[in-house]
Amino acid sequence: MLNAAPPATGRFDMSDPIVKIRGLKKNFGALQVLKGIDMDIEPGHIVALIGASGSGKSTLLRTVNQLEDVTDGEIWFDGDLVNKKLPHRAREKHLNLLRQNIGMVFQHFNLFPHLTAMENVTLAPIMLGRMNKAKAIEHAQQLLDKVGLDDRAEYYPSQLSGGQKQRVAIARSLAMKPKLMLFDEVTSALDPELVGEVNRVMKQLAKEHMTMVIVTHDLRFAEDVSDHVVFMADGYVVEAGPPEQLFRNPQKPKTKSFLHQVFDE
Amino acid sequence: MGLDFTIIPSYLDILITGTYWTVALSTLSIFFSLVGGVFFAVVQLNRHAIVRWPFSGIAWLFMGTPLLLQLFLIYFGLVQIGIDLNAFTAGVIALSLHFAVYNADIIKSAIVAVDKGQYEASRSVGLSQLQAMRKVIVPQAIANVTPALGNMMIALLKESSLVSVIGVMELTLSSQRAISDSFRPFEFYIAAAAIYYILNLGLEYGVRNAERRSARYR
Repeated sequence: MLNAAPPATGRFDMSDPIVKIRGLKKNFGALQVLKGIDMDIEPGHIVALIGASGSGKSTLLRTVNQLEDVTDGEIWFDGDLVNKKLPHRAREKHLNLLRQNIGMVFQHFNLFPHLTAMENVTLAPIMLGRMNKAKAIEHAQQLLDKVGLDDRAEYYPSQLSGGQKQRVAIARSLAMKPKLMLFDEVTSALDPELVGEVNRVMKQLAKEHMTMVIVTHDLRFAEDVSDHVVFMADGYVVEAGPPEQLFRNPQKPKTKSFLHQVFDE
Repeated sequence: MGLDFTIIPSYLDILITGTYWTVALSTLSIFFSLVGGVFFAVVQLNRHAIVRWPFSGIAWLFMGTPLLLQLFLIYFGLVQIGIDLNAFTAGVIALSLHFAVYNADIIKSAIVAVDKGQYEASRSVGLSQLQAMRKVIVPQAIANVTPALGNMMIALLKESSLVSVIGVMELTLSSQRAISDSFRPFEFYIAAAAIYYILNLGLEYGVRNAERRSARYR
């Protein structure tokens, strides 16, 4: 099944999908990592991308904000062709604007170690002239408060635990008020006891109807939080659907065997 | 004739003048060699060979030839093509360029060593390539190589004595003046050496402080 467009849930107006992916292919040299992906993401939806390591789910996520360029196909975000052919300078400009509207959180946090939590959050809004300094600090304070770290604003990343770092990273990517958030295995590098605090923040965002794409190995969390689950293997979308269907009643043998493997562990 | 260091105070003014010019020469050159070092490092990491090559060429020229020769070329040579620099300016230019090239090598490898995730995170919040470099990558790179850059600064301060040969009244030349007047080479060379040493102690102290400050986040 190549077309993984999610069915209408009736929760939101069926306005245009905020992300449309068509025929997406990505090669790393001779290695084909994405072999033709079609996918729609509706505004306000939480999409979980699941699959074994090497299935292409992280690569797919990274093509959406063009941390990876694509070999073939189209990605549309908010009515704009993400991977349009442009001369270098124009493309850079286009990407900077695009990325201001797409937040991304990484597996290894990638906080700026030489800046405090507060400075990590305010860097982009101030540098990009989105807010003046006072306004940016006020906004950052609200975001740190939201992720439960209002008392850690002046701490450097090295003084924070993994879970705290990841929550600062979430606040940082919210600082530009993005329309879409990408989460790339954000709890995989955390000690098990720290996973909950990060998941709680993501659930909170879900409640606020933030559109999110979540690459995860944590299937229970995926089932719990998502509106739509996409199972990938070998660079293809194998099966997609609402979590209750995909987890409880998978149709494809590959999906069944993957779920078996994971849940039997 | 034995050694007599009591002669030094009577030549104090000339030594102070010399120290003043050595400090001025070194401070300016250190500043420009760092700015130039960052610049050379960044252009040499440009993805276009056409941008990299000219600067790599210049870098090799300044690394592969003696500083003394560069000094002569800039001071005496450039006059022939109509660029008439005073000795002090020529000295600052030669020292800055010569050490910028070495600093660039240090900074370049430090930039490459900064985790790729830092660059991706900067770009993913919408910073441009240049903003990411300026605010995220270069500050971390510099903090990682502050001790190595500090060593280059100490070397620069010592090498600034070469500028005496084009007539800048810095510490080495001023001590030579004192010697030709007093016929006391040993005393004045020792005095000059002591002053260089003290200046470098101060410089090292400064570098240590900068190192502590730049690494306070670790």
